Amino acid sequence: MALLDVRNLRVEFPTRRGVLTAIDDISFDISEGEVLGVVGESGAGKSLTGAAVIGLLEPPGRIADGEILLGGRRIDNLPYEQMRRIRGKEIGAIFQDPLTSLNPLYTIGRQLTETILTHMEMSPTEAHARAVELLAEVGIPAPERRIGSYPHEFSGGMRQRVVIALALCVNPRLIIADEPTTALDVSIQAQIIQLLKRLCRDHGMAVMLITHDMGVIAETADRVAVMYAGRIAEIGSVRDVVKNARHPYTQGLMGSIPLLGHEVERLEQIRGAMPRLTEIPNGCAFNPRCPKVMERCTEARPDLLTADATTRAACWLYDQEPADA
Amino acid sequence: MPDPALLQVSGLAKYFDVSPPLLTRLIERQPRQVLRAVDGINFEIKRGETFSLVGESGCGKSTVARMVVGLHRPSAGGILFDGIDAVDPGNTASQSALRRRFQMIFQDPYASLNPRWRVRDIIAEPLRAFGLLHSEREVVERVAELLVQVGLSPVDGEKFPHEFSGGQRQRISIARALSSQPEFIVCDEPTSALDVSVQAQILNLMRDLQRELGLTYLFISHNLAVVYHVSDHIGVMYLGKLCEVATAKGLFRQPRHPYTRLLLDTIPDLEMSGRERPPVGGEVPNPIDPPSGCAFHPRCPFANDRCRSEAPVLRRVGNGTVACHGVEEGRIEAAEPTAG
Repeated sequence: MALLDVRNLRVEFPTRRGVLTAIDDISFDISEGEVLGVVGESGAGKSLTGAAVIGLLEPPGRIADGEILLGGRRIDNLPYEQMRRIRGKEIGAIFQDPLTSLNPLYTIGRQLTETILTHMEMSPTEAHARAVELLAEVGIPAPERRIGSYPHEFSGGMRQRVVIALALCVNPRLIIADEPTTALDVSIQAQIIQLLKRLCRDHGMAVMLITHDMGVIAETADRVAVMYAGRIAEIGSVRDVVKNARHPYTQGLMGSIPLLGHEVERLEQIRGAMPRLTEIPNGCAFNPRCPKVMERCTEARPDLLTADATTRAACWLYDQEPADA
Repeated sequence: MPDPALLQVSGLAKYFDVSPPLLTRLIERQPRQVLRAVDGINFEIKRGETFSLVGESGCGKSTVARMVVGLHRPSAGGILFDGIDAVDPGNTASQSALRRRFQMIFQDPYASLNPRWRVRDIIAEPLRAFGLLHSEREVVERVAELLVQVGLSPVDGEKFPHEFSGGQRQRISIARALSSQPEFIVCDEPTSALDVSVQAQILNLMRDLQRELGLTYLFISHNLAVVYHVSDHIGVMYLGKLCEVATAKGLFRQPRHPYTRLLLDTIPDLEMSGRERPPVGGEVPNPIDPPSGCAFHPRCPFANDRCRSEAPVLRRVGNGTVACHGVEEGRIEAAEPTAG
């Protein structure tokens, strides 16, 4: 059974000019030990999906419909206090900017032991020992000494390691990692990806990896969901989506990435830009930019349809029954 | 006669004084501290070519860009633009004549456009500042023409920057840079704030404009794949120095400097070959207190005593230049040329 099961999730933002639907009816699941990549461009709704799962939607944003189940238990309608306990203990979070995820006024040791003591039954001495152990596990040199340091005394890459240690410290079953490597230099980025991969292998955690970088997804994830304008455009195994994308949006996205060693005169480009939430077109949201647009695409919105053995795409191209039947 | 380079940079350096305040220095007996952001680099760019500087944060690539356009005054070294001294062009008239010939595109299209100005005024600013056109009607025509050239519509000139998306704003920055009809454009991370599909649009536009107008680019980026796509020649920077300069193809087929190899190894793999990236230890050291000898030696798997004590200089190897003792001594074999 899936560890995380998101069913028909809809997230809305009520505004003075009416309700904006930021995430519109998306469903996906993550199994234990699996890394699901969520990829998309700015404004596609990928970070909001993560925030909805950990119950950290910024008001006035709200879950308007759908269910989120963690290990078979509904977590989207829990009272604040209960959700807070789950958030620390069962779901860990890693955010983009390691500097703002850590409290600058406390030593990292204090932040780690505080989290451990809140969620686990341990004596302060045991908690301290566990904190040192965790820092060693995420690759911080001389952890006994560094545990007394403040966040500003670490470099960006080291800080992100501390944030990962903080997310791991109570053995969560699920990690939500929102752009964990975006603020880092390429050589450091590679180190952090290696670390994340090793840790979820060793701990058997499920990871929801949110990023705009297809390269990071290709290296890390088992499956990937491509988001566009608040919907999942395509979901499937990483190998198939990267090598053999089915949705015209994913195809355009892959073609627009410059690759080393590929001599291309021009990059493929998708014309236009992603629509604003207030101006999502009827039918398929991608239809004004789609090179394979059909009449049907402007009339009805496709749900995820089976495109091949491992991939589902929200595109009428994969509708098996003839439209006029 | 060989075509002389449009831009020649020699011994260029920029030092920033980052000392603590005078009183602290006196009381705590601390010495002055100097940050060598750029420490003596040489390169040249031929007319119509794209030269890229690539490196991680803090390597000094943006400082070079800023010195080239005159936003920072170099601490040492010279910049020759078309044979004219760009650091000290003499009188103000020749300075403004020179300034018109190069422009800059910045990284963040949200910060580089004045939010209180209409787009038409933003684009017309260089025209007015240099006094290039004499009547207002000519300015309006030229602005409309520029908007079309970068893929926007003439009516967009009436709008304010906040009405545009990131990619469209970067098009406006490009239109502004083009308005004085420059020959040379410095692009400092022009696409790193953009989504990949928008990045593709901007890179294609820049390439089309280069063909059409015969532009020369100095391109600054940390993204090697982007750099490979746009460049003719590439310089790899590490802690204020160039460690390797080569043609784009040469650099990627046969990287020589260990740092270049490290950078290439860290690129995420979209080929899905299942290749494990070799773990790279260490981080970029603090530029205020750089390592002795070759700045890369603490992270370099090939470092020996000479690397720890003596700084290498750029030497010709193959058809590029490399600053590495190991390559010079033949200790480090050139990587096998890869297909592609």
